[in-house]
Amino acid sequence: MLDVKDLEVTFTRGVEQVHAVRGVSFRVEKGESYGIVGESGSGKSTVLRAICGLAPTSGGEISFDGNPLPVPRDAAFYRRVQMVFQDPYASLHPRHTVDSVLSEPLAIQGFDDREQRIERALEEVGLGQGFRFRYPHQLSGGQRQRVAVARALILEPEILLLDEPTSALDASIQAEVLNLLDRLRAERGLTYILVSHDLAVVSHMCERLLVMQHGQAVEELARDALRARAAQTDYTRRLLQASVGYSREDAA
Amino acid sequence: MSLLNVENLRVTFPTRQGPAEVVRGVSFTLGRERLGIVGESGSGKSQTGRAILGLTPHPGTATADRLEFDGIDLRGLSSRQWRGLRGKRMSMVMQDPKFSLNPVMAVGKQLMEVLRTHGASRAEARRAALEMLEAVQIRDPERVFRAYPHELSGGMGQRAMIAMMLVSAPDLLIADEPTSALDVTIQIEVLRILDRLVQERGMGLIFISHDLRLVSSFCDRVLVMYAGRVVEELRASDLSQARHPYTQGLLNCLPAIDGDRRPLPTLDRDASWAE
Ligand SMILES: Nc1ncnc2c1ncn2[C@@H]1O[C@H](COP(=O)(O)OP(=O)(O)OP(=O)(O)O)[C@@H](O)[C@H]1O
Ligand SMILES: Nc1ncnc2c1ncn2[C@@H]1O[C@H](COP(=O)(O)OP(=O)(O)OP(=O)(O)O)[C@@H](O)[C@H]1O
Ligand SMILES: [Mg+2]
Ligand SMILES: [Mg+2]
Repeated sequence: MLDVKDLEVTFTRGVEQVHAVRGVSFRVEKGESYGIVGESGSGKSTVLRAICGLAPTSGGEISFDGNPLPVPRDAAFYRRVQMVFQDPYASLHPRHTVDSVLSEPLAIQGFDDREQRIERALEEVGLGQGFRFRYPHQLSGGQRQRVAVARALILEPEILLLDEPTSALDASIQAEVLNLLDRLRAERGLTYILVSHDLAVVSHMCERLLVMQHGQAVEELARDALRARAAQTDYTRRLLQASVGYSREDAA
Repeated sequence: MSLLNVENLRVTFPTRQGPAEVVRGVSFTLGRERLGIVGESGSGKSQTGRAILGLTPHPGTATADRLEFDGIDLRGLSSRQWRGLRGKRMSMVMQDPKFSLNPVMAVGKQLMEVLRTHGASRAEARRAALEMLEAVQIRDPERVFRAYPHELSGGMGQRAMIAMMLVSAPDLLIADEPTSALDVTIQIEVLRILDRLVQERGMGLIFISHDLRLVSSFCDRVLVMYAGRVVEELRASDLSQARHPYTQGLLNCLPAIDGDRRPLPTLDRDASWAE
C-alpha cells in the first residue's frame, strides 16, 4: 500500500549539503509491520519524515495505494497516516497540556466522543487521568513518549510511522505498549513502519525489516532470516553480534 | 571513602491534587564504580539524578539527611559554589539531549566553550572538540562541528552531549539513558569510553537505563527503583536472581530476537509495591 522508490533527501544550508538518504526503496503491504534498523545517523528518521512530507526530498517517488502523495500533504493524508516522532520533547508543544495535545487533533479532524477517546487513549498507554492536565515538562521521559503514542493512536490512522516509540520505557511498560500495537493491528488491520535500534523489538513486531547504513538500504531481511542470523552484509552481522550486550574485554 | 553519599533523599512537586513526593527516601553510596539505576517509567530516576546536582526544577523541592560529594555537603551550596562543581567535577548527561543543548549555537562552538572555561586556547579547543566528536564515533566530525542541534539525528545529539561531558572530565558523571538512541555497535563504543573513565581515571558513574541486558553486562551494582523508592540493590551480574517481584517480572517482559510470545507477559502491579 505504501511504495517508496529511489528516495533521495538532501539538506542544504548555504553551500553545505547533506545527502541524508541515497536511493532507498521499499514497499509495505496493508496490514504489514515493517521494521527499519541501522546505524545512528543513517537516515531512518529522515525516511519517515519524508513520507510525511517533512523532509526536503530531492529525488524518487512515494506512493500510497498506487497514487503519488500530494505535495504538501493534505488533511486527508494526516487522517490516514500518523507519526510518533523520535524526540517526544520536541514534538510536544511546551505550553500545551496533555489534554490539549490529545483534544486538538480530534477537533481538527471532527471526531465526536472526544472526552471518552481521551480517557481511553491515556488509559491504553498506562497513564491515569491524573496526567491529563500536566505540561510536558511535568512528565518523565517515558511518560512524554507515551503521550506521543497516545496522540498518534487517538486519530485511528491506517498507517502508523513509529520512530523509536519505546526507547524511553522500562521493559514492563514497553511490553504493554507493544501488546497494544499488536492488538490494534490484529483488530483494525493497521500498517506499521517501526524504526528501532532494538533488534528484539523489531523481531517481535515486524515480519520484514530494512537495514540502513550511511543513507542507503544495505539489506532487507525477513523475520526468519533475522532469527536464523542469516545476514548478508557485514554491517548486519555486526549489529547482531553487538546486540548480545557489553563485555568487559570491550574496554581494552 | 566513598565519592557520593545520599541519605533519605526526597523530591516533592506541588500538583493540583496537593504535594506529590516523587522521590521518597532514596539512600545509597557510590564509589569509583559503575552504578546502574533501573526502574519503572516515572519512578524517580531522573529526578534523583537532578537532585544530586541541585537541578530540581522549580517549583519542586529536594531534601536529604545527607548529600555529600567527596566530603562536600551539597545541601545549601551557594550558586557560586555550584558553579565551581557542576559541569566541572560533577556532570549529568540529560535524558533529552537536544533539550539540554543550546538550540541556537553550533555544536562545535558549544564544545569549544566548555573547553575554553577549562583554559584551552582557541586552536586547542577546536582540535580537542573535533577529537571528542570523533571519539564518540561521529562519521563526519567537521560537519557536525558546524551543525546546529536540530540538524542532528537522535543518536548524534546524544553523542554530542556525551562529547560535551567528556571534555569536562568530571569525577562524578550521572548519565541518564545516555545510549537509548544509539544502535548497538555505537553503543558499545560509547560504553567503552565510559568504562575507561571509570577504570583509568577513577570516575564514579551513575548509569540510568531501562536496558536490562546492558546494565547487567556493563555495571557493577544496580539499584532498582519503583514509585520513588529503591526497592532492591543487587550486583549487576545477579540481576537474574532478583528478589523483588517488580525486578523479577521485568526480565520476563523482554521480547527476544528468537522468542515469539504473543502477547508479551506484563506485570500485575501490586499496590503494596508502592507503599
Ligand atoms: N534539518 C537537517 N539539516 C541538516 N542535516 C540534517 C537535518 N536533519 C537530519 N540531518 C542529517 O541527516 C542524517 C540522517 O539523520 P536521521 O535523523 O535520519 O538519522 P537516523 O538514522 O534517524 O539516526 P538516529 O538513529 O541517530 O536517530 C544525519 O547525518 C543528520 O545530521
Ligand atoms: N514538574 C513536575 N510536577 C509534577 N510531577 C512531576 C514533575 N516533574 C516530574 N514529575 C513526576 O515525577 C515522577 C518521577 O519523574 P522522573 O523523571 O524522575 O521519572 P523517571 O524514573 O526518570 O522515568 P522515565 O524512565 O520515564 O524517564 C514522574 O511520575 C513525573 O510525572
Ligand atoms: Mg532517528
Ligand atoms: Mg527519566
